[in-house]
Amino acid sequence: MNRLSAQRLHVLALAVCATALAVAIAVAPGSAAAQDLLVRNATVHTVGSAGTLRDSDVLVRNGRIAAVGTGLAAPAGVVVVDAGGRSLTPALFGGITGIGIEEVPGESATVDATLALGAGAQPVMTVRPEFDVTLAYNPDTVLLPVARIEGIGFTLLHAGNARGGSIIGGQGGTVRLDGDIDPVGPRVLFVELGAAGAGLSGESRAAQWMLLDQLVDEARGHIAPESRNALMTPAGRAALARYLDGKGLVMVQIERAADIVQLLRWSKRQGVRVAIAGGAEAWKLAPQLAAAQVPVFVDPLANLPADFDRIGATMENAARLQAAGVAVGFSQAGDASHNARKVRQLAGNAVANGMPWDAALAGLTRVPAQALGLGGQFGTIAPGMRADLVLWSGDPLELSSLPDQVWLDGRAQPMRSRQTELRDRYLK
Amino acid sequence: MKRPLVAALAATLIAGCATVPAARDTPPEGQQATDAAKSSFIDDPYPSTYAAPSAQPVLIAGATVLTGTGERLDGADVLMRDGRIEAVGVGLDAADAVRVDGKGKWVTPGIIDVHSHLGVYPSPGARAHSDGNEATAPVTANVWAEHSVWPQDPGFDAARAGGITTLQVLPGSANLVGGRGVTLRNVPATSYQAMKFPGAPWGLKMACGENPKRVYGQKGGPSTRMGNVAGYRAAFIDAADYIRRQEKAAKKGGDDKDPVKRDLKLDTLAGAIQGDIRVHIHCYRADEMTTMLDLAKEFGFKVAAFHHGVEAYKIADRLAKEGVCGALWADWWGFKMEAFDGIQENIALVDRPAGSCAIVHSDSEEGIQRLNQEAAKVMSHAHKAGMDIPPERAIRWLTANPAKALGLLDRTGTLEAGKLADVVLWNRDPFSVYAQAEQVWIDGARVYDRHDAARQHVSDFMLGQSAGGAR
Repeated sequence: MNRLSAQRLHVLALAVCATALAVAIAVAPGSAAAQDLLVRNATVHTVGSAGTLRDSDVLVRNGRIAAVGTGLAAPAGVVVVDAGGRSLTPALFGGITGIGIEEVPGESATVDATLALGAGAQPVMTVRPEFDVTLAYNPDTVLLPVARIEGIGFTLLHAGNARGGSIIGGQGGTVRLDGDIDPVGPRVLFVELGAAGAGLSGESRAAQWMLLDQLVDEARGHIAPESRNALMTPAGRAALARYLDGKGLVMVQIERAADIVQLLRWSKRQGVRVAIAGGAEAWKLAPQLAAAQVPVFVDPLANLPADFDRIGATMENAARLQAAGVAVGFSQAGDASHNARKVRQLAGNAVANGMPWDAALAGLTRVPAQALGLGGQFGTIAPGMRADLVLWSGDPLELSSLPDQVWLDGRAQPMRSRQTELRDRYLK
Repeated sequence: MKRPLVAALAATLIAGCATVPAARDTPPEGQQATDAAKSSFIDDPYPSTYAAPSAQPVLIAGATVLTGTGERLDGADVLMRDGRIEAVGVGLDAADAVRVDGKGKWVTPGIIDVHSHLGVYPSPGARAHSDGNEATAPVTANVWAEHSVWPQDPGFDAARAGGITTLQVLPGSANLVGGRGVTLRNVPATSYQAMKFPGAPWGLKMACGENPKRVYGQKGGPSTRMGNVAGYRAAFIDAADYIRRQEKAAKKGGDDKDPVKRDLKLDTLAGAIQGDIRVHIHCYRADEMTTMLDLAKEFGFKVAAFHHGVEAYKIADRLAKEGVCGALWADWWGFKMEAFDGIQENIALVDRPAGSCAIVHSDSEEGIQRLNQEAAKVMSHAHKAGMDIPPERAIRWLTANPAKALGLLDRTGTLEAGKLADVVLWNRDPFSVYAQAEQVWIDGARVYDRHDAARQHVSDFMLGQSAGGAR
């Protein structure tokens, strides 16, 4: 973005604010949350069947996309933004994070990500699939604007695993970074398998399948609640049952190819719909994952044999999976919450290592939205979708580009964060 | 190696001046007695065996060249011969050189990371491989990171594919004084000595803030930041006394000499006071960095660089004025309280004053593979804040400035005639997310080629593994 366009954007932003105020005054209470908007002359990456549209317009009415096309007329009172050819994309998926769940990981009082009720007790394992981490979500977290001004519009909150809990971490859910306290769409059950979960399964990954089968049996009523083998509360049994027979999505953190083979067998046997997070060696099973329609959320930068589950890690993981027809999304292994904005760099590196550009953008938008059961709400730019949009200064996957403006439900989001406040104090 | 300590010291006193300074960047200065004491502090019983392989002359022709001196040359050539940069300019010719077409490509100096734990916290991250923190006492100036380096860490190979030619491997930050760091050439080897940068000064790793007080809070302290500072002071008081005793013993001369018993811990601290071992301090907060600058004055040592320094932007002018580098991340923040004020313009703001020394560092086996991308993120955020930083300036953050912090700027870090031929050829502007290093030279030897499997070293650890593909 050159200096001229920066100034223009500044003027536009002021205009947007002024108009937003005017609209808020003009319309009835209750409908002010939605926003009307016309973005003109954009390179519209719909990430849908329409593909990429040059010199096109996107009309937003009441927070929803009303039309995508060329030469759209601006209804009276609608804010008009001239994109000047810049890229417009759906707001991005920030990966699987703890935004609003963990403020400062080094300070346990600010972290609500894992359940460890059984820590120090006998038996050491407490299985609570009813644990719902979204109840801890704090939309006032300073992490939220930090991610949002970088184009992140939604994230999947992660229910983690800790000693005293179990390989079933509990339920997470998708939140939109619009300040709403409630998650959208269905909950997701988190399960951690392989070496990372071995400490929660008697030090052998073999026991993970035994435990999962036992828990499913219990949820299905094959183990009586009063049995000494019962591991769950009534609420836990009910919660787990909601993820059986294809009814809910189970996000499985798993890396090793052999473990993924067992996962595919288990999910088929038990009728459980799974997605994979991590999947360092997933590329070895790309055709099987494609056939089973298992989405995989990979970190394209995870190319080292970080442990003996990830000996086959490669930067070509995303490209190989995608080429085989697997739905590939992105999520990162590092500080996913504070640096959620890094997902864009992940996608760019996937492209540098063979993934088609369009597929990489889909991995940040449509693929996660669809996998999380929200593909009908956002993740693409098409009539009827929520107007979660980002206008970019350049190539949306390129490091030199940044969002010029982010809209959620058609509302222009403040392009400020605690970090820009700190920056401006010391920039003087 | 098992010479008696007294004999070792005597041998050093006799031989040290003649042999050690010749191999070092910073020859001893001042009076003879000081020389004698100083050389013993940095005597090296584990010397480098690195030898640059002989290589044909190479001419990279018609590339965009970022020299690392702040210059950008378009359509320019780089000529390497006998392990050195022979010339950089337009229209160079060398009939005997291997010609590399640089059209559409970019050339930079070899990338340097001043903060790595490759080899001491290697992949796989097995418990048996956890060799980076001697977390048994708050001051372990006696340990040397090189004695933990596992040269088969596959991370070295991955870093080379990202253009890393030189790196400083440091102890971790559990301790107030963690020990000596070592600077390595990123070449495949079976011993760290065969990677050790000949003549490079050692680093001394120190740590501020949360880590030492957390690690030792329940183990006898320090448990507070004031406890941390008391710990540094006590250690340097001992080191100053050690120097005084060494000098006194050396002055006696002849048969009256009463050599001071050698103390590995105090050797390192004394070497730091005398400027032969460069001080690298893990320190996040602006207030703690200023405390450490005062500490340095109190004991007469110089801080080469603050590492991590997420609040360095708050004291950018002071750092520049004192000639202290800021070795920083592009965007890490918030994972602990002392990292809460991190901003993405940190490096750009530290870079802004005259005389500054901003460095992009990794502290990460992932980040070290793409320091160019870390810099690119800083550039875009700086631009948004109204600071335009061209590639020829930004490249200094990962070449010349880290070389300066390591005391190696007269040898590497820029593409200037006479410097070591540490060079990276990129397939495009290295500050693009799509950029990849195509070829990497160390001392003029082609150690990596993206299009030639024979030039992509694979660690012993990876042999026979079912990895099945490019990293």
